[in-house]
Amino acid sequence: MGNQSPSGSNAQIVRLEDVEKIYQMGKARVRALAGVSVSFKRGSFWAIMGPSGSGKSTMMNILGCLDRLTSGRYILEGRDVSTLDDDSLSELRLRQLGFIFQSFNLIQQLTVQRNIELPLYYLGWDAHKSAERAEELGLKVGLEGRLNHRPAELSGGQMQRVAIARALANDPEILFADEPTGNLDTATGEQILKVLVELNEQGKTIIMVTHEAHIAAHAKHRLHMLDGFIERIDGDD
Amino acid sequence: MHQIKIVRNIWLGIENLLLHKLRSLLTMLGIVFGVGSVVAMLSVGEGASKEALEQIHKLGSNNIIVSSMKAVEDEATTTTHSHMGIYGLTYEDYARVAESFSTIKQAVPVKLIRKESRLGERALELRVVGTTPTWFKLVPRPIIAGRVLLHDDEQDQAAVAVLTEFGARKILATEHTIGQSIRIGRDVFEVVGIVKSEGGEAGNIQIPDQQVDVYIPIEVARKYFGDITTRRTAGSSEREKVELHQIIVEVDARENVESTAAGIEAMIKRFHKKKDYDVSVPLALLKQAEDTKRRFNIVLGSIAGISLLVGGIGIMNIMLATVTERTREIGIRRAIGAKRSQIIGQFLIETSVLSTIGGLIGIGFGVLVPSLITYFAGMPTVITPESIFLPLFISACIGIIFGLYPAMRAAKVDPIVALRHE
Repeated sequence: MGNQSPSGSNAQIVRLEDVEKIYQMGKARVRALAGVSVSFKRGSFWAIMGPSGSGKSTMMNILGCLDRLTSGRYILEGRDVSTLDDDSLSELRLRQLGFIFQSFNLIQQLTVQRNIELPLYYLGWDAHKSAERAEELGLKVGLEGRLNHRPAELSGGQMQRVAIARALANDPEILFADEPTGNLDTATGEQILKVLVELNEQGKTIIMVTHEAHIAAHAKHRLHMLDGFIERIDGDD
Repeated sequence: MHQIKIVRNIWLGIENLLLHKLRSLLTMLGIVFGVGSVVAMLSVGEGASKEALEQIHKLGSNNIIVSSMKAVEDEATTTTHSHMGIYGLTYEDYARVAESFSTIKQAVPVKLIRKESRLGERALELRVVGTTPTWFKLVPRPIIAGRVLLHDDEQDQAAVAVLTEFGARKILATEHTIGQSIRIGRDVFEVVGIVKSEGGEAGNIQIPDQQVDVYIPIEVARKYFGDITTRRTAGSSEREKVELHQIIVEVDARENVESTAAGIEAMIKRFHKKKDYDVSVPLALLKQAEDTKRRFNIVLGSIAGISLLVGGIGIMNIMLATVTERTREIGIRRAIGAKRSQIIGQFLIETSVLSTIGGLIGIGFGVLVPSLITYFAGMPTVITPESIFLPLFISACIGIIFGLYPAMRAAKVDPIVALRHE
């Protein structure tokens, strides 16, 4: 069951089995995920929704291999990653996952090009190949002529484009987007969402966290979280 | 491939440091001064001991020098009363020493008398050294003009004199003076040669060659000037009888030096009631001087080492602050997939680059300061390869050691928390 071939376009790329995440906050135990089971197919576009404290961020951290679950199983591309150590999780993020964040999370001191090249640096690409890739990605997300700028010289929309380009540099299996339009005005937000939709149409699996319904409307499936449980799932299938 | 990666990492580290030029410079400052002071102190220490060591070397490491010395109990009496002090080495001592040891290669008796000398119009007090031709084998020195003393002079008891460069110049003696007469005391000598002088004083031993020496055959010195000298000081006159002032002995091999010296001392002791002689062994002095030098270097080095330590702590402090400041950057790198070890590597490279560059600048200072000391204070300083490479190596190590803790702190940053960090 865990050895399913990931090649089929409808294969499950992500599966959570009764996942629990418990935080110890001083003496209090917070059950951020209270036994969640769900699976996402390759090439799907999911929006994880819910009010703050519903567990949607925890869900995304676990799916993005940034955090470990307390109990249950997490199968990523047919591989149980629940018990991997820190180095293996880093390796997973490096090779298979991409992230974009609400606050862009670019490294301010580095140029746009260097920011985009960052995953390639850790992948051990040589400088020349990295530069080529960065240029290609810059073109793809609409950053022509901005590669030598610093993040501070860019608009919010441009910064998020840099973040998308960086997230795509390693050609990830899944692109995670944590409130990607939260710091942008509506028009710019729409543009960024358009980029995400296009990427999804090109076959990229996208998992987006948002609390806004009109943003979530761009996704094909919506997963509503509440108090650590999945409240409901709806979708366009 | 791996090497290229290391070079690239170092280059990225340098780039990162260049983004904060002022901070990097301030961070380096401690190491700059630390390394600078280590290099400077080592070179001053090295310079101070080098001169002494050279002087001792000049005495010959295979030599033993026996000198006449006023016995301690005699000092008080002879200065107040006007009676004759008899002390020191005798001709018999010389004969006994020269004959009794198979380890002795050659031995030279030395008689020292200060005499007013006159060459034409010029007068100067010279130090008359009565000795044998062997002297010039034991203490080799280049001939400027003429010749040195020969065995014929000894046999003929010829009144010939060999001047030393410095003294010769003072009384205007040149190569044209060879063959002319010089008046030493009341007696007339023929100038037969001029030799180069290498003067100086080393520790407490009188170096056997001085700048105003004039060499004459010892038998001639004895015949003309006798063994008694009179020195007149305000109100009193002081008469001394000293047969020989020094006996210089060359031993055949270095390992025999100390045993021979002990033998000579024991032999002379048997014939002297008082301790009116002193046996000095340059080799022993050399060992002692080297020992002193080593201790001196350790003390100076530790003092300078403390400033290096302070420099290292400075680096650690600023790097810790940097880690806090760069928490978000670390979080981003971790989220993208950087392993903990790679974060550690990044910070370690930055600190080692900092401390190594600081070390290089420090070496610049450390080389500059001693040359300034030499230039302005006239103190000799010597920069050895060790005094450069040791501090550089230590500073690189300090970068790693003091960078380790901040780097580990950086690696412990939780990416989820870091990404929320403002």
